[in-house]
Amino acid sequence: MTKTKLQAEHIHMVFTRDGKTTSVLNDISLTVAEGEFVCLLGPSGCGKSTLLSTMAGFLSPTSGEVTIDGEAVHGPDPRRIFVFQERGVFPWLTVEGNIAFGLFHLTAAERHQRVAHYIKMVGLEGFEKAYPPALSGGMKQRLEVARALAVNPDMLFLDEPFGALDSITRLVMRGELLRIWEAERKTIIFVTHDIDEAVQLADRVVVMSARPATIQQIVNIDIPHPRDISSARYLELRDGIFQQIGLAHKI
Amino acid sequence: MIVRLRPIALIAVLLLLWQFAVTRNPIHILPTPWGVVRGTGDLLQHGLLLKYVVASLFRVTWGFALAVVVAVPLGLIIGWNRRAEMALNPLIQILRPISPLAWIPIAILWFGVGDLAAIFLIFLGCFFPLLLTAMNAVRGIPAVYINAGRNFGLRPAALVSRVLFPAVVPQLIIGMRITLGVGWLVVVAAEMIAVSSGLGFLIVDARNAGNRYDLVVAGMVIIGLIGLLLDIAMRSLQQMKSLRWSYSED
Repeated sequence: MTKTKLQAEHIHMVFTRDGKTTSVLNDISLTVAEGEFVCLLGPSGCGKSTLLSTMAGFLSPTSGEVTIDGEAVHGPDPRRIFVFQERGVFPWLTVEGNIAFGLFHLTAAERHQRVAHYIKMVGLEGFEKAYPPALSGGMKQRLEVARALAVNPDMLFLDEPFGALDSITRLVMRGELLRIWEAERKTIIFVTHDIDEAVQLADRVVVMSARPATIQQIVNIDIPHPRDISSARYLELRDGIFQQIGLAHKI
Repeated sequence: MIVRLRPIALIAVLLLLWQFAVTRNPIHILPTPWGVVRGTGDLLQHGLLLKYVVASLFRVTWGFALAVVVAVPLGLIIGWNRRAEMALNPLIQILRPISPLAWIPIAILWFGVGDLAAIFLIFLGCFFPLLLTAMNAVRGIPAVYINAGRNFGLRPAALVSRVLFPAVVPQLIIGMRITLGVGWLVVVAAEMIAVSSGLGFLIVDARNAGNRYDLVVAGMVIIGLIGLLLDIAMRSLQQMKSLRWSYSED
């Protein structure tokens, strides 16, 4: 029996703007095991990013509670790092400076070693002194992942991290993320609206409905890595989710 | 090379036109360029030029530096704190359109005729543009940087020094560059009334003491050249590598 890492219980989220209330999340309950890779999949604007921000502690739910390791979440925490949809690397710091950003409690020697390790892991050797504006989109995204991993968090929240990349870079990045996940076994919650991406990456895909978001179905992806994306099982699972999403859009 | 020479060529042509127009005109509405050069020579010989330039730069430096020290932290705090902004913004918007020159009588009343009055006026002229720059800069920081800073466990003081401040520096430098220009405008006006030295004083004094328009124009040319040098100096700050980014590049 694997240990529970994160538990979301009856999460409701209602936003009020200009006197109008919008229900964004409607009774979301989800349990994520330690070391698990979970994808939140749903149409754009359905509230899956809101759910992720709530789990990470950036937003407080209107009602319900998120607990991680048995403790209620009341704010962001360096033990679980959020990788942002928009590029969140600091443009005023070099590649090294960005990776070292969260390592202020280490000695200079330890910090140096940690930075070098993650620069190598994400393949940014030779760019240590470069500033983000000089990097490509894929490099910036890898830098942000490296910055997140460097503080050795036990969870990662990724909010459509590869959405802005071209399709080739996106495929490469998925492979790299899986490689890192297999090496470090962090618990990962990954938001995407790309069905293929979800089925390629996740242990479980949480299919969400349009707003107000509810959990429609949770699909176990029982294909070992590396996954053959032309295998019958892959296509079967993918088409199943397609149908699910289609149902959510039925007119 | 030829492209670089074009502005110089243009200035040379204009100087020739100036010389020609003034000598052709029976009423001397302006000194000739050569007269201005001679006037500048006179000022140099009497040791006045250097003295006045130093006096003006001294006042601008103090007025500008004091404004930076006060307005930038204040603007960052007000911009960061919604309630402070709501409380103070009306007052700022009322005080801001008052030209620093309108403060001249009060400056003299409070500080007497002298450096302090001039420095106070320059301070006022620089204070509001810097305050607004800092306020807007803070409000413009993308939330993602603040959230990332919080995520890595930064306490408020560290969040200010490691995220807030570096995020606003590029805009602050642009604001400082524009504001230093304002300070250089204000010093000339302040010196015409509130003190008896400096380039502004030179211009009024040259006229009052015998219609020496060659010295008036010499003063103007020197003001222009020093303004240009100040701007070049500020622009070189903008070129620094760690500052050469903006949100739009993403």
